[in-house]
Amino acid sequence: MSEITITVMRLGLLVALWAFVVAVVGVLRGDLYGTQVTPRKTPTARGNTPRPVARSASPAAVPAEQRPVGRPAGRRVAARAANRDPNHLRVMSGPLSGTSLPLREAGILIGRSPESALVLEDDFASGRHARIFKGPEGWMVEDLGSTNGTFIGPQRLTTPTPVTAGTEIRFGTTVVELRR
Amino acid sequence: MTTVSALSSRKGRNVELGLLVFAVAIVALAYINVGIAVEGAIPPSLVAVGTGFVVITAAFHITMRLRAPYADPLILPIATLLNGLGLVMINRLDLANGRDLAEGMALRQLMWSALAAGLAIAALIILRDHRILRRYTYLAGAIGFGLLLLPLVPGLGVENYGSRIWINLGPFSFQPGEIAKIVLAVFFAGYLVQTRDALSVAGRRILGLTLPRARDLGPILVAWMLSVGVLVLEKDLGSSLLFFGLFVAMLYVATERTSWVAIGLLLFCVGCWVANLLFSHVQRRVLLWLDTFSREALDTSDQLARGLMGMASGGMVGTGLGRGRPDLTYFAESDFIIPSFGEEIGLIGLFALLILYVLLVERGLRTAIGARDGFGKLLASGLAFSVALQCFVVVGGVTRVIPLTGLTMPFLSQGGSSLLANWTLVALLLRISDHARRPVPDPEAPNPVANEPTQVVKLR
Repeated sequence: MSEITITVMRLGLLVALWAFVVAVVGVLRGDLYGTQVTPRKTPTARGNTPRPVARSASPAAVPAEQRPVGRPAGRRVAARAANRDPNHLRVMSGPLSGTSLPLREAGILIGRSPESALVLEDDFASGRHARIFKGPEGWMVEDLGSTNGTFIGPQRLTTPTPVTAGTEIRFGTTVVELRR
Repeated sequence: MTTVSALSSRKGRNVELGLLVFAVAIVALAYINVGIAVEGAIPPSLVAVGTGFVVITAAFHITMRLRAPYADPLILPIATLLNGLGLVMINRLDLANGRDLAEGMALRQLMWSALAAGLAIAALIILRDHRILRRYTYLAGAIGFGLLLLPLVPGLGVENYGSRIWINLGPFSFQPGEIAKIVLAVFFAGYLVQTRDALSVAGRRILGLTLPRARDLGPILVAWMLSVGVLVLEKDLGSSLLFFGLFVAMLYVATERTSWVAIGLLLFCVGCWVANLLFSHVQRRVLLWLDTFSREALDTSDQLARGLMGMASGGMVGTGLGRGRPDLTYFAESDFIIPSFGEEIGLIGLFALLILYVLLVERGLRTAIGARDGFGKLLASGLAFSVALQCFVVVGGVTRVIPLTGLTMPFLSQGGSSLLANWTLVALLLRISDHARRPVPDPEAPNPVANEPTQVVKLR
């Protein structure tokens, strides 16, 4: 065999070794598992306050601005407009305002503990504050023995209470409501 | 201001298959490269060796699909590639020393690889859950310390090249320290899961370090005395450092206290300093390390100097496989396989190998983070750390960062006990990672059995 074959092979081996390393690192990037922590922007009530129509002079800017933060949920709203059942939860005011997340049949936990579906950063909320779940007659909210209570209007909840879309539920300084 | 959602991983078995094919292809390329560079033709043994290697890899991969489908997809390809490259280098040294395949070390290494992979497959099949190992914590401790001290038994232990870390069993000689590494990791994990509360909470704060109470110092002192005992009686710094470092690292992982690391390093430094004052064999190692090229050191041993010269002649891209003279160094196929690679694939290739080790260790530590039980976390981090520390001791030794000691490079070096131990270690890591990455069954998901009406089985 000629010298050039050997040179090509030995340099090819180095390239192949590094290509293997790069392939492994590429797999690492796509192989995340565990829990995902999604940081949210702070509250300038995005997509929350209706904007004057006259401002939509530049057509490109406004839709981007008004896009809800929880995009998959937002898309599902459009798809299931006919469905009358609430399917996502929107934070109306408080530190997380503007956040929305899909409701799950199994129920979602709200509180300061990191395993909750909605992690509140609210000094007036408890670790496991409240739970929203699907009861026999629709969605229910249940206070999980929180220190400062869960309120619908002026009333502090003591038993699981049915909620409909648009009812404002308050934990600490956070107000959420169910949306269709 | 965050929301947390669970992400489940993909199984990744097809990714693993793809990377395994890539790894086998690289090994084949390297093997052909050696054959062409040394003999000028594609080596006829390629078919035999290649078939053996592919069969081992395929068997392991199929076991993974059946018995550990969620395990990490990167550990096996990396281990396979390292083992294969080691095989290529050993074959290359066989050729340099004029041995053909039948009498050479490469075939024996391939057989040991098959045996080791077989043992790892058996471990994956038999051990369905790593938490079973926790039941044998103290048994593992007794076996581990026994194995570590076994070479001291007269008649069984033999002193080779200044270190008493080998035992002779009939035709085989065996390094029990390699197996002890795994067994001791099991012991430390089980022991620290039980005792870590006492070791991590009590104590007082001095100069920003939370120092433990005097009575909690017991375990670390026992571990230290054993490691100094190994250093003095078996004359082996490597095993001693590996064993004590493993304990201190696992203690740190279990308690999250920096003071244990500080105490451990301090104790180890004191031990080494005293040993250097008292024992001539330690002084000889230090002389070889600090003044490698002095007349006195070269008269004792020029092994380290030859290894360094080999790496220097390799330069950045190396001489090419089969074109250097790594056979000039003693133990070029075991302790000095890193200089052999450094000479023939250069700094660029050597760094690719080191990064593969880094990635292997990273996957082990990632497994530890993902593991849901304390024992699994500690065991995975201990096993991963032991690989990292062993690589540090070997590479540090041949590059004059620390005194040279006789440990083997995991997967690359020639040697049966090393392969057996490291493939078993990989099997344990795969088992833990399968457990860690398996999606959690949703506790609120409808349970078909719970919804069934209770059946009357027997009335009387």
